[in-house]
Amino acid sequence: MSDTMTRTDKPSPSFSHRLYTGDFEFDFMKHRRAWYTFSAVLILISLLAVGLRGLNLGIEFVGGSVFQAPAQVQSDTIDRFTAAVDDAGVSELDAQVNSVGSDTVRVQTRSLTNEEVTEVRAAIADEAGVSQDDVAYSLIGPSWGEQLTKQALGALVVFLVLVGLLIWIYFREWKMSVSALIALAHDLIVTVGLYALVGFSVMPSTVIAVLTILGYSLYDTVVVFDMVREKTRDIKSQQRTYTQAANAAINQVLVRSINTTIIAVLPVIAILVAGVVVLGGDGPLADLGLAMLIGMVSGAYSSIFLATPLLAHLREREPEMRRHRAALEKNRTRARARVSAAVTDAEVSPASMPLAATPASGTLEFAEEEVPVPVVDDVLDPDETQSRNQPRKSSRSNRKK
Amino acid sequence: MATTNDYKPGRMLLAFAAIVCLLYALMAVVGSWTPRLGLDLRGGTTITLTAAASDGGGDVPRENLEMARTIIQKRVDSLGVGEASVTIQGDNQIEVAVPNVNSDELVELVGSTAQLSFRPVIAVQQVESSTASASPSASSSSSASSDETASSGETSSSETSAPSSSATSSSEATSAPASTAERRPVPALPTEPPTPYSPRPTTPGTEEQTLDEKLGYTPTEQDAEEFYAFQCGDDFPDVSDQPLIACSQDGTAKYFLGPVIIDGDQVTDATAGVPQGQLTWVVSLSFDDEGSQTFADATEALSANQSPQNQFAIVLDGEVVSAPSVSEQITGGQAQISGGSITEDSARSLASTLRYGALPIELETSSVDTVSPTLGGNQMTAGIIAGIIGLSLVVAYSLIYYRGLTVVVVGSLVAAAIVTYAVMVLLGSAVGFALNLPGIAGAIVAIGVTADSFIVYFERIRDEIRDGHSLRHSIESGWHKARNTILMADGVQLLAAVVLYALAFGSVKGFAFTLGITTAIDLFLVVFFSHPMMTILGRTRFFGEGHKWSGFDPEHLGVSRASMLGRRASSRRRTRPDTTGGASARRSGTTTTAGGPTDNTTKEAADE
Repeated sequence: MSDTMTRTDKPSPSFSHRLYTGDFEFDFMKHRRAWYTFSAVLILISLLAVGLRGLNLGIEFVGGSVFQAPAQVQSDTIDRFTAAVDDAGVSELDAQVNSVGSDTVRVQTRSLTNEEVTEVRAAIADEAGVSQDDVAYSLIGPSWGEQLTKQALGALVVFLVLVGLLIWIYFREWKMSVSALIALAHDLIVTVGLYALVGFSVMPSTVIAVLTILGYSLYDTVVVFDMVREKTRDIKSQQRTYTQAANAAINQVLVRSINTTIIAVLPVIAILVAGVVVLGGDGPLADLGLAMLIGMVSGAYSSIFLATPLLAHLREREPEMRRHRAALEKNRTRARARVSAAVTDAEVSPASMPLAATPASGTLEFAEEEVPVPVVDDVLDPDETQSRNQPRKSSRSNRKK
Repeated sequence: MATTNDYKPGRMLLAFAAIVCLLYALMAVVGSWTPRLGLDLRGGTTITLTAAASDGGGDVPRENLEMARTIIQKRVDSLGVGEASVTIQGDNQIEVAVPNVNSDELVELVGSTAQLSFRPVIAVQQVESSTASASPSASSSSSASSDETASSGETSSSETSAPSSSATSSSEATSAPASTAERRPVPALPTEPPTPYSPRPTTPGTEEQTLDEKLGYTPTEQDAEEFYAFQCGDDFPDVSDQPLIACSQDGTAKYFLGPVIIDGDQVTDATAGVPQGQLTWVVSLSFDDEGSQTFADATEALSANQSPQNQFAIVLDGEVVSAPSVSEQITGGQAQISGGSITEDSARSLASTLRYGALPIELETSSVDTVSPTLGGNQMTAGIIAGIIGLSLVVAYSLIYYRGLTVVVVGSLVAAAIVTYAVMVLLGSAVGFALNLPGIAGAIVAIGVTADSFIVYFERIRDEIRDGHSLRHSIESGWHKARNTILMADGVQLLAAVVLYALAFGSVKGFAFTLGITTAIDLFLVVFFSHPMMTILGRTRFFGEGHKWSGFDPEHLGVSRASMLGRRASSRRRTRPDTTGGASARRSGTTTTAGGPTDNTTKEAADE
């Protein structure tokens, strides 16, 4: 808004400052249908991907054996090892040979018995020219995966229930729990969907990652909701609707959200990089890094674009909120009439100032409304008025002692 | 320094230092300075065994699991490897972790689901394929005697052994699935069996048999036919109060055995050795009180029998390990197994089987994971590299965005590292916590968690400053507002860690454990280290007066310098009017013109 730029006595404020004071306010709520649609499309694609392509479950979940041997990888390495394990004397081995980096060969087979493991291991050791004990292997029994899946799903359900309760206890508002859980489900489905779409294999570390993502997604949501709660306290005595207050909250918390997400994502990128570069993309590091990266970005998105609009949506349906909105609407029409009558008058009656600061309308288009008021908009911003009434007043009096 | 509130950051820092000293003193007491490393970081074998309740489902009794754990621990220790750990995971898993060992022998030893028992021998028959190498126990009369005993057996004594106590000679057990009998392959017989086999019971009956009944088991016609038809490798239900048809381990002889006389867990000890004055290897075994009594009675009865019925068979997992004959009653619970065929190797292996053979539950090998030391080293390196990259990225970002405040971030991360390291080492020696690769990942992820707490805090401080509060005041009020958010966010993270930990499979546990402790440490640090440090820094000129590089540059935050120093200036005015008079004048000059945020300051001043 141009009037801030004309004041020369004020230091030029940063973007985050303008966001904070409401100098610049992006209307997240206005476009919420777009976000909902976007998320719905993402979820649909994810569900389709899982339904049609299925998840590429790692051997931990389906059972199988993986051997890893040190071997200088050359152009014929894979063929040589394939032939070697085929001749190992184990029937229906179903072996897949591939190389990891430039110095490791990986052989994946069906689930083997101890004796079969010994034979295959010997064959690989022979081919690689190393001692048998240098061939590392993992063997997963066929029924193990079922147990893992059951445990993982059980943990997920327990986690969601506990988290819903925790949020409800903290915010004392079940609508926040519902919104947060919907956002969580979104992050979960999108992450799983991407795994199905790209065909990354799902390992136990993916399960770890997914549950950690849920923690982070909530972290973001909690930060935003904390601010929403602060902004919507005594909403009925404020000159704005719940939706507008929530939007102001998102804007104020935006920088914080972006920063926490970036800071959380940076170590994850480090994990991903080390997993891919040092370990050749095989193992828990790369796996964890990938799933967490997707999930965290999705979590940051969903807390701002999904959870908060949903919360506002839910709250606005309450009869109390409807009445509040109607009252504001009435005030606004009256004020507009008065302002248009006095538009040439430099004097602005104090009663109309808060209305001018944040034009109060029940509709979603409130930010588009240009109410011509020749007064700086942050003088009596309801945000400010409201934050002045915070408990910090008491701490100030403490400090005076 | 004169403070206007009663918060003493110095005390908090002292408390923190004291706790750190305590932790490191504890480490010195315990005498370990490095965390235990998981096997994926240093090489070794991890085996996960899943117990199945012997009745085919349901819960596994805890004491049985514990007993099995002890037996497996003994078996692994008998290999002579150090530091092997055998632990119970969840309610039906046993995890065996042996560092630096990578051999198949271990897996076989651990995974063998041995059920050891002693049974009387009723008949022995050579297996056709290996008649050339007749074992001494299988005398030429064995085939004949088998026929003889089988044909003579039509007495009612067999009926008492049947769980259902039915009157028919074909002991029908109600619990026996018919498929057991049907699945058993019927080899080409000279004559078709006159009647179809009745199913064998697969669970023991509820009635306790007397020793006489067990010893006096007389085979039925069906027994004889099945024994005749039996080929090594066929399945036969191993039920303690039912007869058993089994082959010797080398597959050279098949045995018809009576019900179990003595359980493997009644064997208290078994050793292999060459007794003084003798030349051959013997296996000495001893029984517990109950076992000794049974053994004495059994040997008395057996020694009176003719060969081969003077033998008892040691059965391990449905295979006859040894079938020594008894020449006299053995009392006192001590016995020796000797014979020409016993070599040093077989004596040792028999002794080991007798000692550790009997597992009270059936275990299935769920997963085996071996990591070579090279791969382990690589994973370790990768983990450390990831940690270094992660740390540098976070520090770089906070330098760019928070400038001088990076001091707080770095300080807290270093403090977190010091505490985390100590906690890991201590947990390693206290509860056997071993750091694995997902664990390292958890610690790296925790860098983000720790830094996140600051961002919430820093941004709150900045918000307060934008509201027109003085920096010093903002550090306190920002803290009060950020605290709940941090608590809640860490709480969610802790909850995730606890749920993950409850998942109870190997790598997930390591991650959850590290994430959990590092989150808890973060909570502790924020209160005892970061917040006090922030308060102290706020009192320095560099930070307190909003130096351009302090992260509190008033220009960047969009407030006037005077507003940021407001409280500070007015508090100083009382003590040192000479230095702050100017500032206060500047302040009053700006409040009239600067708009919103400073307007607050005016209000504040009016409040006073």
